[in-house]
Amino acid sequence: MARTLYQKLVESHTVARLDEQNVLLYADLHIMNEYTSPQAFAGLAEAGRPVAAPGQNLAVVDHIIPTHPVSIRVIEDPSSALQATNLAKNCTGHGIVLFDTNDALQGIEHVIAPELGMIRPGMVVLCGDSHTTTYGAFGALGFGIGTSEVEHVLATQTLVYRLAKNMLIRVDGLLPQGSSAKDLIMHVISCIGAQGARGYAVEFQGTAIRALSIEARMTLCNMAVEAGARGALIAPDDAAQRYVLDRAPEIAAHHLEAALADWATLYSDADAVFDVEHAFDANDVAPYVTWGTSPDQAVPVTGKIPFPDAMTDATLRAASEQALRYTGLQGGADIEGIAVQRVFIGSCTNARIEDLRVVAAVVKGRKVAASVRAMVVPGSGAVRRQAEREGIAQILIDSGFEWRQPGCSMCLAMNDDFLLPGERCASTTNRNFEGRQGRGGITHLMSPAMAAAAAIAGCITDVRKLGDAHV
Amino acid sequence: MSDTRRIEGIEGIAAALPTPNLDTDQIMPKQFLRGIDKTGLDKGLLYDLRYDANNQLRSGFVLNQPAYRGAAILVGGSNFGCGSSREHAVWGLQQFGIRAVIASSFGEIFYSNAMNNRLLLVMLAEADVQRIMEDVSDPLTNKVLIDVGSMTVRSHRVEASFALSARHHRMFLEGQDIIGSTLSLQGEIAAFQERHWQKRPWLRDVARRVRDRLDVSTPIRPAGSN
Repeated sequence: MARTLYQKLVESHTVARLDEQNVLLYADLHIMNEYTSPQAFAGLAEAGRPVAAPGQNLAVVDHIIPTHPVSIRVIEDPSSALQATNLAKNCTGHGIVLFDTNDALQGIEHVIAPELGMIRPGMVVLCGDSHTTTYGAFGALGFGIGTSEVEHVLATQTLVYRLAKNMLIRVDGLLPQGSSAKDLIMHVISCIGAQGARGYAVEFQGTAIRALSIEARMTLCNMAVEAGARGALIAPDDAAQRYVLDRAPEIAAHHLEAALADWATLYSDADAVFDVEHAFDANDVAPYVTWGTSPDQAVPVTGKIPFPDAMTDATLRAASEQALRYTGLQGGADIEGIAVQRVFIGSCTNARIEDLRVVAAVVKGRKVAASVRAMVVPGSGAVRRQAEREGIAQILIDSGFEWRQPGCSMCLAMNDDFLLPGERCASTTNRNFEGRQGRGGITHLMSPAMAAAAAIAGCITDVRKLGDAHV
Repeated sequence: MSDTRRIEGIEGIAAALPTPNLDTDQIMPKQFLRGIDKTGLDKGLLYDLRYDANNQLRSGFVLNQPAYRGAAILVGGSNFGCGSSREHAVWGLQQFGIRAVIASSFGEIFYSNAMNNRLLLVMLAEADVQRIMEDVSDPLTNKVLIDVGSMTVRSHRVEASFALSARHHRMFLEGQDIIGSTLSLQGEIAAFQERHWQKRPWLRDVARRVRDRLDVSTPIRPAGSN
């Protein structure tokens, strides 16, 4: 029977069928961080259970870590420091690989796992973090789990898994100059809504998807969860295979033929049936900016903030009114020209080297507006060092950006990087929820190029007007 | 963890929170995520909605009104609990005294987290949710009764059935030890793993093996050079 890629991945990892809706799903890799794993380790200890497969688990300190540009990082906040030392204790005790606070390879979990060659096509990857959907870029099924499930995975290397439905999102055409994978996914989310993919594993297909770099595919799959998706997948092609083989030399050395044969089966059969299909034209995708407090409240930078009064759905209208009250904006106003005081370039969505190259290209020879505090928080130590080697870091510093150490930082503001009440931020992150970047702070999600342009202009602006051919 | 409590019915004051897409960042803000245990989360629940910028109770917010003190049930907007995977949101709701949430849909990770803690999530058609919200918005008719056995909800004017998977239904009625049940399949897991690794040896101990390779300092291939 014809199967979707999602169905193939689930089948190849099904240990047992538990009932009509649930399977026991095997996890090839389980990633942990310092704030969603402590209670799981505690539960394990309380029950006296060992970790089933320590070699397939990995942990990173990323959410609470300070990003000040110092060479030895110290976590000043006592509770956060305890989370880090507690993680180290748990990892040491169970023989689990850890990328600790001052490890040169430390970074955001979803940035380092792929760059170190741990993510491979056909895998199931679990993590106590919703942006685990990122790994769909490699044809790996990744999704976020809660702490009870983290404990379950530690104890059994499996998960009791409710099956998802299948959604196909086809994107043909080519993204225009100035538009990126970030704009594409924001376009998709604004069209299908913050729950448009709820209950579905989404597969992206089409010429526009094929044309994306692997890092751009990670951005796309990363944010699929903001439409409610339970997974995001792109069939691995030559580019994905090359990316993995370049970073996992042990596969090329020992298993090349078998791995390539296995990966060649990772696609949806031509007559596979999806429960829902959407189609988009990449040519329609302009740079997007959010105006509200949900990722689907977004418009092209050339557009206007919608009038809640014009919305027929009462719930939608009330939500939009509340969002505009919070963001301090008016229906009918231009999104372009809104002044920002902060610019944040970072997060598992947009802090990889290609993102930083784009930012450098926009700001080179220009200065961050005097009214703006702009930060770049690279996704990992490796990204940071590469940006320094390529001269990107110097361009950013010369323009007036703070060049910081890697971490999740102001994406969720669990460390000491946060917005003050009323501060407005152009941000390359994934969530514009109320208070997400700091209580009373206002987030406008956008691409790295658009955030860079906002830093220079001091307001939300159309990066295409800057006339950089290479953006 | 083994949890042997049986949950057959939930009855109590219900409070309406009509905002759609109420995300887990709002349900449990970041400053309450710094612990290594589960305690003290009742304080953080819906903090920015319950307290103003000066940390004073907002008297207008439904859960701060005398008629809704001790609420056991929330009636929420669609996609309740979307966003971050933080299970702290569920623990906080429970520590605050909430035992069930009624909405037309829930964030997917939140749904699993709630079920794993036996916070009952009742999914009803939007029209029924709206009518229950209207009922409970009047303090005189703010009681709701949920019968888990028959999977029915009753408010002042509404009587509706909801669905629970057989698995979740059992979890509420009989107690649960999910890890314990999975561990009873340990033999199957081991056999699966052996087959899986035989076919795909490059997935075996992937975290450990990559770390070992990095530790002998093979130069790291930088990201983005594909």
